[in-house]
Amino acid sequence: MSELVKRYTSRERANHWFIAICFILLAVSGLALFHPAFFFLSHLLGGGTWSRILHPFIGVVLALAFFFFAIGMWGQNKITAADREWQKRLGDILCNKTQGLPEIGKYNIGQKYLFWTLVLSIALLLVSGIAIWQPWFTPAFPIGIVRAAALLHAVAGFVAILAIIIHIYSAIWVKGSIRGMTRGTVSAAWARHHHPGWYNDVKKRN
Amino acid sequence: MALQSLDIKARSATTTPSPSARGEAVKVAKLIDISKCIGCKACQVACMEWNDLRDEVGDNFGVYDNPRDLTDQSWTLMRFSEVEVQAGKLEWLIRKDGCMHCADPGCLKACPSPGAIVQYANGIVDFHQENCIGCGYCITGCPFDIPRISKKDSKVYKCTLCSDRVAVGMAPACVKTCPTGAIVFGSKEDMIHHAEGRIADLKERGYQNAGLYDPAGVGGTHVMYVLQHADQPEIYAGLPKDPSISPMVALWKGITKPLASFGLGLAVLAGFFHYMTAGPNEVEDDEEEHTS
Ligand code: HEM
Ligand code: SF4
Ligand code: SF4
Repeated sequence: MSELVKRYTSRERANHWFIAICFILLAVSGLALFHPAFFFLSHLLGGGTWSRILHPFIGVVLALAFFFFAIGMWGQNKITAADREWQKRLGDILCNKTQGLPEIGKYNIGQKYLFWTLVLSIALLLVSGIAIWQPWFTPAFPIGIVRAAALLHAVAGFVAILAIIIHIYSAIWVKGSIRGMTRGTVSAAWARHHHPGWYNDVKKRN
Repeated sequence: MALQSLDIKARSATTTPSPSARGEAVKVAKLIDISKCIGCKACQVACMEWNDLRDEVGDNFGVYDNPRDLTDQSWTLMRFSEVEVQAGKLEWLIRKDGCMHCADPGCLKACPSPGAIVQYANGIVDFHQENCIGCGYCITGCPFDIPRISKKDSKVYKCTLCSDRVAVGMAPACVKTCPTGAIVFGSKEDMIHHAEGRIADLKERGYQNAGLYDPAGVGGTHVMYVLQHADQPEIYAGLPKDPSISPMVALWKGITKPLASFGLGLAVLAGFFHYMTAGPNEVEDDEEEHTS
């Protein structure tokens, strides 16, 4: 068995998958209202009315869990000069040509963009979601705010779902990533290949 | 088989055509002549009676309006305004508020639940509460602030224009009960014609700005008003001057959503085909060996 490197603690993994379950339920119930083509998804949560009732509660739970999760990786997601160099080679990377890439840390710039996109869109979803939450909160807001919130929520929901589609695909595409979040460890080869800066740090600390 | 007068023209959250083999039906309209209204509220009572609604007994807050606002139990409400239309000339303007039955209904456009809101071929816009999920999007979409969500069942209610009566050839309950003939009902064409006579009469009596309220911004309405001061509808308890579906709602519910949905599907497909063509991103075997 080749050498393994610790990437996520069991607490981080539990939180990640808790957020993932919430997100799927939110995407399903949100898309059901987004366009009639998706309305059939409302049946997964017990019908349109149940989707409408449950969605905002799950949303608040997700927002809390997500911000807790995000604080833990906030520092690791600052964009560096090496990241920008790496980004210039994106075309090569997508064709699996990875020789001579700059040394990057625990996350590459794509992962960092994903992180900040989710921080922003989930914050906007929370704020706008409260303004369109019937029957509890909407009556307290003027109609102009409710209209803007409905539009903003739909846009932010679209952005978040698109970001997650890319996130899921990346995990499937880059072999050896998923075990980081299921088992907590990745192979040393994987770490050295994809995140050499981070690998060296881990080695130095041990 | 559905009654002919209830043939459906549009259904909320439905992308396929509605049953339309019979073609166009006669468009109906209710005309409310504010200059003839005496504020007796018989129509408000008739609405309660026919629709079997009982609102809470309201309170006096300095004007005659009771209840203070439309509710899930009060689908129509007399709104009283004391307005000094010109220096020294006070007028008591009484407007019967309720759903306008827009030809281009913002409520129906906004509703995400298939068939919760329908527009009949005769122009009536009706809510089918059994399909309503209680999201309140219709309230967000309505330019007239009409639909009200019930605290009891979280479904939304509003004036039906007595679609059940109209279906069997009767006039709405409010029309039938009005003692002064201020509310009339018939084909939209006839109602416009009737209004023209009333407006000519009002102009003769010195109301130079008398006119018909049938706002083009929402495609016209199937509830219309004769106003003594049609140049300033706002003085009638805030009747909007040029109502239209808010640009924010139009953007939210317009072409953006089918495009965005298409975009999501495309993203999934792009991933699939990338995997099938470029293949997975794997760490080289020798790199792996190197570590052991
Ligand atoms: C963060 C807390 C959130 C709150 C409080 C919230 C609240 C709401 C509310 C009140 C609605 C209106 C329908 C309903 O009542 O179910 C709604 C719709 C929607 N939500 Fe959320 N939500 C949140 C998070 C999310 C997330 C994370 C997503 C993305 C997965 C999302 C996607 C959507 C979508 C797509 C719609 C339909 C929008 C439309 O029809 O225009 N929401 N949300
Ligand atoms: S007035 Fe409001 S509720 Fe009535 S048809 Fe128009 S948009 Fe719908
Ligand atoms: S509250 Fe009911 S009628 Fe109104 S938009 Fe939502 S589902 Fe449609």
